[in-house]
Amino acid sequence: MASPYLHLLAAQARSQLSYRASFALDLFGNVVTLGADLLAVLILFRVTPLLGGFTIAEELLIFALAATAFALADLAVGNIERIRLYVRIGLLDALLVRPLGVLPQLLVVDFGLRRAGRVVYAAVLLAGALVYAQVDWTPGRVALAIVAPISGAVLFSAIFVAGATVAFWWIESGELANALTYGGRDFTAYPVNVYSGWFRRVFAFGAGFAFVAYYPALVLLGRPDPLGLPTGLGWASPAVAGVAAAVAAFVWRTGVRQYRSTGS
Amino acid sequence: MSVIEAVGLRKQFTVRVKSGRLRRTRRTVAAVDGVDLTVERGEMLGYIGPNGAGKSTTLKMLTGVLMPSGGSVRVCGYAPVPERTRLARRIGVVFGQRSQLWWDLPLQESFTLLRHIYRVPPADHAARLRECRSLLDLDEFLDTPVRQLSLGQRMRGELTAALLHGPEVLFLDEPTIGLDVVSKQAVRGFLAAQGSRGDTTLVLTTHDLADIERLARRLVVIDHGRVVHDGTLDSLHARYGSRRLVVVDLAEPVPDPAIELPGVTLAAASPDGLRLTYALDGSGVTAGELVARLATTAALRDLAVVEPSIEEVVTRLYAEG
Ligand SMILES: Nc1ncnc2c1ncn2[C@@H]1O[C@H](COP(=O)(O)OP(=O)(O)OP(=O)(O)O)[C@@H](O)[C@H]1O
Ligand SMILES: [Mg+2]
Repeated sequence: MASPYLHLLAAQARSQLSYRASFALDLFGNVVTLGADLLAVLILFRVTPLLGGFTIAEELLIFALAATAFALADLAVGNIERIRLYVRIGLLDALLVRPLGVLPQLLVVDFGLRRAGRVVYAAVLLAGALVYAQVDWTPGRVALAIVAPISGAVLFSAIFVAGATVAFWWIESGELANALTYGGRDFTAYPVNVYSGWFRRVFAFGAGFAFVAYYPALVLLGRPDPLGLPTGLGWASPAVAGVAAAVAAFVWRTGVRQYRSTGS
Repeated sequence: MSVIEAVGLRKQFTVRVKSGRLRRTRRTVAAVDGVDLTVERGEMLGYIGPNGAGKSTTLKMLTGVLMPSGGSVRVCGYAPVPERTRLARRIGVVFGQRSQLWWDLPLQESFTLLRHIYRVPPADHAARLRECRSLLDLDEFLDTPVRQLSLGQRMRGELTAALLHGPEVLFLDEPTIGLDVVSKQAVRGFLAAQGSRGDTTLVLTTHDLADIERLARRLVVIDHGRVVHDGTLDSLHARYGSRRLVVVDLAEPVPDPAIELPGVTLAAASPDGLRLTYALDGSGVTAGELVARLATTAALRDLAVVEPSIEEVVTRLYAEG
């Protein structure tokens, strides 16, 4: 018997695909949004040849790595933001009395098939950026080009989940979660050294965002870190992602125990 | 081993209340305040109390939805929150106000999904579904999307959904809320059939005391989060001095309607003196003896015996709290 989650997912897909027109529209809208981000990078390089010492080809690689990681994470756990609604109106009750994990159920219940379009777009962009940046391929770099977006996706997912979990303590936490999510996406799209001060320290190393695209890109490009840290840090991405996932799982478990339902 | 064992179970909610223009102070509400409850396999328990007494909160702690703030609790041998998923396979839950079904899919598909979720062998699933279909008349709307079902139809779907994995304990929070008389009867009849098998334990909260009379042999009453009564319906009547009433219609008024018999009091007399109501507290004579005695002094036209009402005794109980 296949996993119950697959059955839930299939049921979900069936009801989403039944709204065909809005599905197509969303897919289109998602791609347009990404196009706008890319345009911002291109315009930036019309006014400056280098950004933090990086050429347009190098920056596009960072951008594409970040976009792929974000799109994958958004596909997998993007609908975690709905937790706030579930907590506020007590819908988690129904999920808690079933013999399945609450988090996977929640992710499957509203699985955003429509966000799949962004993953395809970002992956194509990444392939293009890897070619354009003229990466000097070694077996290690090939592996990293595959592992880095996945690690980045895990790290983003962990941050989405941990951020959304705050809703168990504080229902109006949406802005905070959004700041982390979208702030993180924008942060990872550019070289870390263009930011400065405490902001850089918190986002790059506190939240680990430097390991999504920046350090892996340095390894792929064979460039030293302008910040003076070892270039090999790019290889630490999976470990950083693993730690983040463990922390997020802990925060989640603690959060679910804070769940108070609603009077009924 | 008892199916449910709760000792000193409590749940506090911290709420913020406005106390001035910008100030907000924290206040603690003790929703469940030290409940002791032991339920044996096969029992049918009515868990009642006024609005806000803590019934739903208790059920949520027993089913692993809410983490208790204190006390200890075991259901089917499991600690509900830490062993939530294992417990979930052994219990069935119907929260009258929350749905277990998939809103956009036909009812039938919800049942199929639940079979996968609980990993029920297809043959068992089919047998249980067949039984529910005939007992609850599901056939008419099995292919209707859940969002198009009427409340009564949906509730029958919820009951089925809660039973398809063959749970040992069934928790029902207001399963008859909002249903018409016919649907209520259907639900009660169905639950009575489940309970009469003797191996399913039933815990039911309700505000419809007819549910209790029909289904619950044991009654636990809570108020302000504390158990105020635990026993049979009869013991509740005894405790609150509920009385049977004997109402007699006379052909002609009698000069002195009061009767000197043990355990009998004259509860009411109509202005014309033709209808007399006597109350029996059960300690003295029987209704038959009273009527025999009345017949010696007056000409009776009609008579009726009114059983003590559960509404009345519960009203008295709630009013005390
Ligand atoms: N999520 C919550 N947050 C804050 N207070 C709550 C919450 N849930 C319940 N309460 C409070 O706890 C108390 C008990 O609520 P509960 O829902 O258990 O009552 P109940 O016995 O089920 O009442 P009813 O018969 O009206 O359904 C009430 O005072 C209620 O205000
Ligand atoms: Mg309630």
